[in-house]
Amino acid sequence: MERDDLYINDSYAVAANHDEEHGKVIRKKIWFVTLLLSIITIVEVLVGVMWPKTALEGGGESAAWLMIKLFYIVLTLVKAGYIVLIFMHLGDERRNFKWMILAPYIAFICYLIFIVLTEGSYQGGLQLF
Amino acid sequence: MAAHSEQVDKATLWGGNRSPFSLTYGKQMMWYFLVSDALTFGGLLTAYGFARHQAPSWPVAEQIFRAFPLLNGDYPLMYVALMTFILIVSSVTMVLAVEAGHRLDKSGVIKWLFATVIGGAIFVGSQAWEWSHFIHGSHHGAFEISDGLTGHGGEMATIQVTEADDHGAPIKYGYMSTASGVLVEGAEADALVRSKIADDEVINGANLTENEYGPVQYANYFFFITGFHGFHVFSGVIINLIVLLQVVRGAYDKRGHFEMVEKVGLYWHFVDLVWVFVFTFFYLL
Repeated sequence: MERDDLYINDSYAVAANHDEEHGKVIRKKIWFVTLLLSIITIVEVLVGVMWPKTALEGGGESAAWLMIKLFYIVLTLVKAGYIVLIFMHLGDERRNFKWMILAPYIAFICYLIFIVLTEGSYQGGLQLF
Repeated sequence: MAAHSEQVDKATLWGGNRSPFSLTYGKQMMWYFLVSDALTFGGLLTAYGFARHQAPSWPVAEQIFRAFPLLNGDYPLMYVALMTFILIVSSVTMVLAVEAGHRLDKSGVIKWLFATVIGGAIFVGSQAWEWSHFIHGSHHGAFEISDGLTGHGGEMATIQVTEADDHGAPIKYGYMSTASGVLVEGAEADALVRSKIADDEVINGANLTENEYGPVQYANYFFFITGFHGFHVFSGVIINLIVLLQVVRGAYDKRGHFEMVEKVGLYWHFVDLVWVFVFTFFYLL
């Protein structure tokens, strides 16, 4: 069967082109995100150097470490958001498509974490170590 | 992007003959592939958390990854942080290549895509160095005693005696553990270390069956997760190189767009995205 989608599809790619003026705006945004991602990475490493887990009172069980852990996870999610929405342009796609990608992923990953957390603490007889 | 601000009424958009997402087939399919690949990595990292939760003790990454190429000192996590930074920068050069492609600026695409290939190659090389360092281990090594003792030879002659767990099985690994147990120190520790060194039972480095730094599972997850990611980086570098050669050859000029750069760019950003999570969950936490 002859594919009639090729010509139409190509027009989407051509329509994604932009002029020099628009490019300037986009490049400015790219450099801003670069700066932000670099700062976040530096902050993460500095926190790790200044408050190492082993030096905290109570070590891995302490409330301070719990806060640091949450801090790391939040920063990671911020970084991931910028990479997906700006670098991968998902934020610029049609809303239908954006949610078609994000919603199933978020749903499945939440389910996976939930099931591992609940079942993981439940398996009394299994010896992994 | 210019294309996405295009206004189409709903009847036309969903009426057939055009993509309801205003996207090309290839770009859509790349996104679907990335979703499935991201679930694979999500599964691996969740499994890592599960194993870590089960283990009586777990190594602290800062205490393992503290070497820096060509330097002799102690730089905890510095090289991994540098690798992370290099990968982020190569992601930036990739997004600049895509942007140049949207302006049909061929020489710009070549310049930035070439920089991306170089960044990716440096990252893969650094990872090979990390692996080599992890496999060969530290200079003092460790040994395992069959009745549930582990200790460190050389300068670190203290031994942690860990108790049996709830099921009566001795806990085999106790690297730098602060879990309940008896600390053997001084002459007693020294004698034990010497006897073990004499028996040639010192473990140096890590492989799939023994691990100087702690549970063997730790080494297994390290090899599997960073290895699987490293293979993604490697294949990404090759794919970027192929597309770069195609751009140089002028293969995309007659199409009027550089969407192929954008598609491989999506894959490359994904590789960076995964590393952001691996860096947090494997090295920082």
